[in-house]
Amino acid sequence: MFEVPSLSDLNVGATLPVTLLALGACVLLVVDLFIPRERKSITAWLTAIGIGVSLVFSLLSLSGAVEFGSGELAFSDMYRADRLTDTINVAALITALLGVMVAYDYLERTRLQRGEYYILLMFSAAGAMLMGAANDLVIVFIALELLSIPLYILSGFRRPQEASEESAMKYFLLGAFASGFLIYGIALIYGATGTTNLPEVWDAVAGVVAEDSAAKFLVMIGAGLVLAGLGFKVAAVPFHMWTPDVYQGAPTPVVAYMSVAAKIGGFAALVRVFGMGLSTFVLESGAPAAWQDTIWLVAVLTMLLGNVVAIVQSDLKRLLAYSTIAHAGYILIAVAAAGTAGLEDTAAQAVVIYLIAYAFTNAGAFAVITAMEKDDASNTSLDALRGLASRCPWLAAAMAVFMLSLTGIPLTAGFVGKWFVFKVALQADLVAAAVVGVLTSAVSAYYYLRVVWMMYFEEGEGDAATPPALAWAIGVAAVGTLVLGALPYLLSDMAREITLAFGG
Amino acid sequence: MEDISLVTVVFMLPLVGVLPLLFVRSLSEHTMKWLTLTVSLVTFGLSLLLLYNFDTRVAGLQMVQKWDWISSDSFTIRYYVGVDGISIWLVLLTTFIMPISILASFEPIKDRVRLYYIFMLLMEWAMIGVFVAQDLFLFYVFWEVTLIPMYFLIGIWGSEDRIYAAIKFFLYTMAGSLLMLLAILWLGNEAGTFSLPEIFAKLNSGELSFSPSTERWLFLAFAIAFAIKVPMWPLHSWLPDAHVQAPTAGSVILAGVLLKMGTYGFVRFNLPLFPEASETFAPYIALLAVIGIIYGAWVSYGQDNVKKLVAYSSISHLGFVMLGIFALNSSGIQGGILQMVNHGISTGGLFLMVGMLYERRHTKMMNAFGGIWRAMPLFSGLSLVIVLSSMGLPGLNGFVGEFTILLGSAGSQVLSLWFTVAAAVGIILAAVYMLYMFNTVYMGELDKEENKRLPDLNWQELWSLIPIVIMVFAIGLQAGFFFNYMDSSVRDLVQYLGDTITAAAGR
Repeated sequence: MFEVPSLSDLNVGATLPVTLLALGACVLLVVDLFIPRERKSITAWLTAIGIGVSLVFSLLSLSGAVEFGSGELAFSDMYRADRLTDTINVAALITALLGVMVAYDYLERTRLQRGEYYILLMFSAAGAMLMGAANDLVIVFIALELLSIPLYILSGFRRPQEASEESAMKYFLLGAFASGFLIYGIALIYGATGTTNLPEVWDAVAGVVAEDSAAKFLVMIGAGLVLAGLGFKVAAVPFHMWTPDVYQGAPTPVVAYMSVAAKIGGFAALVRVFGMGLSTFVLESGAPAAWQDTIWLVAVLTMLLGNVVAIVQSDLKRLLAYSTIAHAGYILIAVAAAGTAGLEDTAAQAVVIYLIAYAFTNAGAFAVITAMEKDDASNTSLDALRGLASRCPWLAAAMAVFMLSLTGIPLTAGFVGKWFVFKVALQADLVAAAVVGVLTSAVSAYYYLRVVWMMYFEEGEGDAATPPALAWAIGVAAVGTLVLGALPYLLSDMAREITLAFGG
Repeated sequence: MEDISLVTVVFMLPLVGVLPLLFVRSLSEHTMKWLTLTVSLVTFGLSLLLLYNFDTRVAGLQMVQKWDWISSDSFTIRYYVGVDGISIWLVLLTTFIMPISILASFEPIKDRVRLYYIFMLLMEWAMIGVFVAQDLFLFYVFWEVTLIPMYFLIGIWGSEDRIYAAIKFFLYTMAGSLLMLLAILWLGNEAGTFSLPEIFAKLNSGELSFSPSTERWLFLAFAIAFAIKVPMWPLHSWLPDAHVQAPTAGSVILAGVLLKMGTYGFVRFNLPLFPEASETFAPYIALLAVIGIIYGAWVSYGQDNVKKLVAYSSISHLGFVMLGIFALNSSGIQGGILQMVNHGISTGGLFLMVGMLYERRHTKMMNAFGGIWRAMPLFSGLSLVIVLSSMGLPGLNGFVGEFTILLGSAGSQVLSLWFTVAAAVGIILAAVYMLYMFNTVYMGELDKEENKRLPDLNWQELWSLIPIVIMVFAIGLQAGFFFNYMDSSVRDLVQYLGDTITAAAGR
């Protein structure tokens, strides 16, 4: 007989941040119907409040001041509310909040102001948060869809502009394809282990390896397919093709949000699936997990391709699109490091630190492009930056900070992220990946500094408009980037208690 | 809250000075100039106090400040600053050069003044940071941060090819230092701490040790970063570009202080962390150093651009410093450190001179001048002192440094005597190109019409050259005073090097 679990068994309390956000989005869906078209600022405010409340709950849970629910597991072991969940929640919610602030004025001036925008953004943030909390492969899949589908729609939000529609279509088709890979991979892992629950998978994989049965090939292929599916989300080579086109075509505020949120979700899921579920997939005793080599090779390719191709870009959105690919490569090094026994926790911490640093920096950089962009989506080329420093000194300074942070220059958050990633890479003996990582960082300095030199060294008509909400978003992102860079312990203390429960 | 060390005060003061420049909108250009100058002068004054409080008998760090910055179960990163005999003069050099560079910018810099002085103070902050940092993380942070203000100084206020020079400068140095980052991480992972004194303690007690091949790799990772900065031949190609394109103050800082970060790095990190590898690589590095000495001198002689001539002469002078350091004995290293200071003063002075000529004639070509002495006697007289100091005339500062270095390299157990011989040839070449330059620009007939009415020094120029000339004589005549401060620390270092090397030979 199927037994309906009681509400207290579900342990809803533990899932409060994400439940609140999702419920808020549902309620807002109805409320928005009664808000007249010209007063959509109310929807924006309500969204911000919803995200803010959820953020407060996440921070409370993170600080340990309040314990929500009883125990870590919720919804029949589907949801895991641990330190990783909390940090991923905070990262996703901050990104969502910045996303709302960046979008508001843009939607206003391009006459796209519709309540759905904010609601979709909330749903996708909930998806990203769920990916970090997944304790079951099925949740990974559902959360991925919850994250992605709103993003497909948001990419096409500038209907009937062709570039935006093309971007949405491309993203959707390829994204659906990637989801197929993911679900097939999950199915194979299920086939090999008889379960989709990550702790049980962890256990079963150890058994499969010990027995040396043919099932280990299923696990191997399954892991590969999951990597492909999630690799698509985080834009890792060779699943990156969609990124430049989608980012260039989609409305800039959407890119500001999704370039970060999709990475947060994707990497959280990678850490959960590989660092947690498949960390026992060790084919020779004493060796690292069998997927480690594949992931670091993917990381190396991703860093090389992203950084090298970014050099020749002349459009700022496209340049940053390749830069996001490159950054996926850096984070993947840390994911690969999780394959070394005993380093799962440290690797997960590095991933989270990098993601939070990246959230401020990348959202900020796209926010600056939003400020520059004209109503007809023009003025996003590198040349449009010429002389920006004389006309908008603070905006240019913020952009310079973001670029230096993306390069990984000390005293910015980006350096802290790279520091921890390369540190764990060396601990895991992934020297080659780390060397490629630092060398490509040097390459990346060229194109990031080109942005700075356009703004500061060239004369020109560079101009931008920064209405209050956008200015606040850029200010918060810039201050966040600098503060996290100057006080790295804020990040490391936040992440240091991340443990993958049964990893060791 | 514990007491705040004087080192922290000297270190943070320039950063505090940035704040009004950033946030007070109503400052006039005049106020901004004077504010920046005042901040840098107060910093210099406080750094003199540092000298006063320094105990020359102590070999280790003094006036230490230690706060935890990032702590975790497996490692700690600290805000850990202090000075010892190796770094004290470099801190002083920085605080000495900065007011001079700022004063020398009063006239030439008319564009985006606020930004300029913000970057000047950030530059000073970061450079002091490099010399006082005792934690590898902290050191790396400031090592990289120095790139940013210099990138902007060259890129915004430089001459025609400034963008190319700025980006080349940045990429060259950054590419090198990233490998050092990996080496630092590796060291930190092994040692469980990034604090230098703790790492030394662990190395001493044998708690931490490297296999010879690891030690060599680590040595090389650090060495490449430093060698690019010095710059050693053949990694020098960024330097002429950066120097020639940078504004005068930028060149002064670049030559005066930034290059010393590289040589300082060798003394602070490579020698004590990797003594055996230092010994192994010493002849190779000395060879590159000597090639640099001869090459720099040779190429200098071929220049018709004064600024380029001075730039290439830096390669030659820094070759001496490297030769001294890798003699791995007391006089070599002491001479090397003193020569770092000397080069900062003399070459800083030379770049100021070039800047003053350029301000008057808007050209740096030597054949545009000639017979300047008749038009500008005061300027020419001071220039002569600086030129002679750079050449190494006895009684002036350059001689003491170079002589001590040659003494060190001749007595070195790891270097063959031929290095000393070759370096001595370099001294002769230095006299050739310097006197050739002085002859073309200052002596001879004042035959060009535009040169006849050149005004002599104004008060800012005069006051930026006078301290330099004073120091040229002070170090030249009272070198003992300067050596005295580094004596204990260097003796300690050499002792340690000797012990480990003998121990390794005995194994």
